[in-house]
Amino acid sequence: MSVSPGPRRRILLFAPLGIAAAAGAGFLVMLRGLSSGAYNPKGVPSALLGKPVPEFDLAGLVGADRPTLTAAMLRDLERPLLVNFFASWCVPCLIEHPQLMRLAADGVPIMGIAYKDKATEALGFLRKHGTPYQRIGVDLPGRVGIEWGLYGVPETYLIDRQGLIRWRYAGPLTEDVVKADVAPLLRRYA
Amino acid sequence: MIPELGHFALALALALSIAQSFVGLLGARWADARLMGATGPLAASILIATGGAFACLIWSFVTNDTTVANVVMNSHSAKPLLYKVSGSWGSHEGSMVLWVLILALCGGAVAAFGQGLPSVLHARVQAVLALVGVGFLAFILATSNPFDRVWPPAPDGHGLNPILQDPGLAFHPPLLYLGYVGFAVTFAFAVAALLEGRVDAAWGRWVRPWALAAWSFLTLGIALGSWWAYYELGWGGYWFWDPVENASLLPWLAGCALLHSAVVVEKREALKTWTVFLALLAFGLSLLGTFLVRSGVLTSVHAFANDPARGVFILGLLGCYIGGGFALFAWRAAAMVPTGIFAPLSREGALVLNNLLLCSLAAVVLAGTLYPMFADLLLGEKISVGAPFFNTATLPLVVPLVLAMAVGPLLPWKRATLWPALLRLWWVALAGVGGYLGCLAIAGARFGPALGFAAACWLIAAAGADISDRLALFSRPRAAWARAKGLPRAAWGAAIAHAGLGVMILGLAGMGLATDRLVLLHPGESADLAGNTYTLRRIEDVNGANFTARQAIIEVSRQGQPRVVLAPQKRNFPLARMTTSEAAIHTTWLADLYAVLGEEREGGAVLRLHHNPLAPWIWLGAAIMALGSALSLSDRRMRISAPVRKLAKEAVRA
Repeated sequence: MSVSPGPRRRILLFAPLGIAAAAGAGFLVMLRGLSSGAYNPKGVPSALLGKPVPEFDLAGLVGADRPTLTAAMLRDLERPLLVNFFASWCVPCLIEHPQLMRLAADGVPIMGIAYKDKATEALGFLRKHGTPYQRIGVDLPGRVGIEWGLYGVPETYLIDRQGLIRWRYAGPLTEDVVKADVAPLLRRYA
Repeated sequence: MIPELGHFALALALALSIAQSFVGLLGARWADARLMGATGPLAASILIATGGAFACLIWSFVTNDTTVANVVMNSHSAKPLLYKVSGSWGSHEGSMVLWVLILALCGGAVAAFGQGLPSVLHARVQAVLALVGVGFLAFILATSNPFDRVWPPAPDGHGLNPILQDPGLAFHPPLLYLGYVGFAVTFAFAVAALLEGRVDAAWGRWVRPWALAAWSFLTLGIALGSWWAYYELGWGGYWFWDPVENASLLPWLAGCALLHSAVVVEKREALKTWTVFLALLAFGLSLLGTFLVRSGVLTSVHAFANDPARGVFILGLLGCYIGGGFALFAWRAAAMVPTGIFAPLSREGALVLNNLLLCSLAAVVLAGTLYPMFADLLLGEKISVGAPFFNTATLPLVVPLVLAMAVGPLLPWKRATLWPALLRLWWVALAGVGGYLGCLAIAGARFGPALGFAAACWLIAAAGADISDRLALFSRPRAAWARAKGLPRAAWGAAIAHAGLGVMILGLAGMGLATDRLVLLHPGESADLAGNTYTLRRIEDVNGANFTARQAIIEVSRQGQPRVVLAPQKRNFPLARMTTSEAAIHTTWLADLYAVLGEEREGGAVLRLHHNPLAPWIWLGAAIMALGSALSLSDRRMRISAPVRKLAKEAVRA
């Protein structure tokens, strides 16, 4: 057993303090990030985060007087936008719909992809509740959903100006999510 | 009126705690007998004030006072009384009040049982406990006042989350907090020792009962939580390596190391720096858990509704207590020179090995818990660290721990030779091999569970070997009874607690053999699982106090002989708009027959059937561990706290 406190032992005694301080600093940054939206433990991790959107080419929704959506249209953008997977058969989509309408009214570009939904039914849904989307693609077989790694509907992605996927949210957008996540991220990538 | 009284009592407790920290620290510094003598009564008044606040909170819940925001958010008039009371600590605010109440209880207990403590040490311990109380009372009053009023009053409360309306969960938080907060006492002893610049055998003897008590409450609290997850969440699992579960396991591991290393301080006056460090660490990890649950930096089923502002406040408190403790440690710990020496191969050496392994385990769990958060922060990567990592990384540490646990208690103090101890373990090893082969014979080539059975048999037999060795049961059986009566309870307690871990591992190994099946049954149809036939008789409606339920009636038979009827439910709570599944469990002690009702489809029901061998033994083992440490606590030697020479030097004050 060492008896006299040598310099090495001295340093060792400072180790717990140093580790605790480093961890504390990390936690502080996390808490800051929580309020600014930069750190979000709730986000379902996506393998596509930070990557360009996968290639796809979809048919438009006939009768919706909105152009169709392809991957090429999600590159070199003027401002960040949202891509929202929806379906007329999905109840949570109805819950999040007012949030999308509000965002669209605020001028946020939103692209819609009707997931495993017949064109007529998707059209009926939008006629009844309003169309928040600038462009709409129809993914009846759900192939695009697979390539995006879709968790379920509704699901929303945020694409930055370079066309990289920056954020993904599985489940209905609520006012809290819009305020806490979407709005700060739109500002951040503007 | 009553809620205001509660709010006032909290403020009073804060003022008293501030006074206590000054009185204690200054009194000890000036060696002022009157100031130091005041710390006991002050601790009692803090306890009365916090107890009053807590009583006011419970009163608000029991009378369903809907002008109190906390009651509106978490209670409802139609709730059974037990859950009205337990709802008072179900929310973030209420649980913080419970936290400070338990802290005040600890202060009161130190004052009551610590009559033999040197008054300087007692004053400093009380002051540090009060300082911790100051921080958390200020936190409650500044950010989480449980007595906030709403006007106009809501017609009725929103109700408590139905999942939490369960007797197991009603007592899970208090037990857990008794453990977490109990480590505040060992923390206070460590800080006091650092201030004094001295740790001796007597210090080790005073710290050990507190570490033991906190550890056994934490054991019970964790076990209760795990049991609840097993029967209420309906997934058939008992431990999910969820970050919050890990957060409770961390202080448990550190506390387990602490109560073993304190023995070495007491016996040999060695490992002083290390023991002080563990005492700081155990409480630091408890606080880390509090921070993780309440700040929102991670997601978990356990997390409270979060507010980053609260997180910053708690982080500040953590900085004060952990940072302050470790800074003091860095500054003063070098002064602690070990006086006793021991050979590496000795009981002390075995305890050092125990500490190394337990702390490595804690480090692995800590790293696995925090890594995803820091990877997200530093590398921007979303990673989840789950059961496969923890199972793989902890196994190589648990195996040597289990092996050494059996050998350690047989080694003599100071200097030992391994061979005689190993010779005495030959039949224990035989039991282990028997467990291994027995499992392989019954369950087939399942080597993981077989290893578990071997470990369980080894540990239980080793505890028996330890006791029979001390009683000289085989060499002089006639005197054994007399020796049994003379054997200190601490020795019995240690052996029982070690055997308890064996029983728990038995349960874990059994669960390794668990099987389950997902079936769609129509009434009259049946499915087989593990030799039992499950027949769905009917599906019916049932009404409860504040829920309606669908219930499946399943008859279980074995080789044509009816055994039991299982009735799993799917409960719908209209008020909370939530559905919970109530698993039906029938235990034979050899196995749990476990059934969960899923969706109903085309007149049939989806049923999940589990056959969980030895499942109840997991929690029984935890209870045995807690029983062992309670027995150890009742040892007379634990209660005689101060050596006589110290009492003689200083006048004893009431």
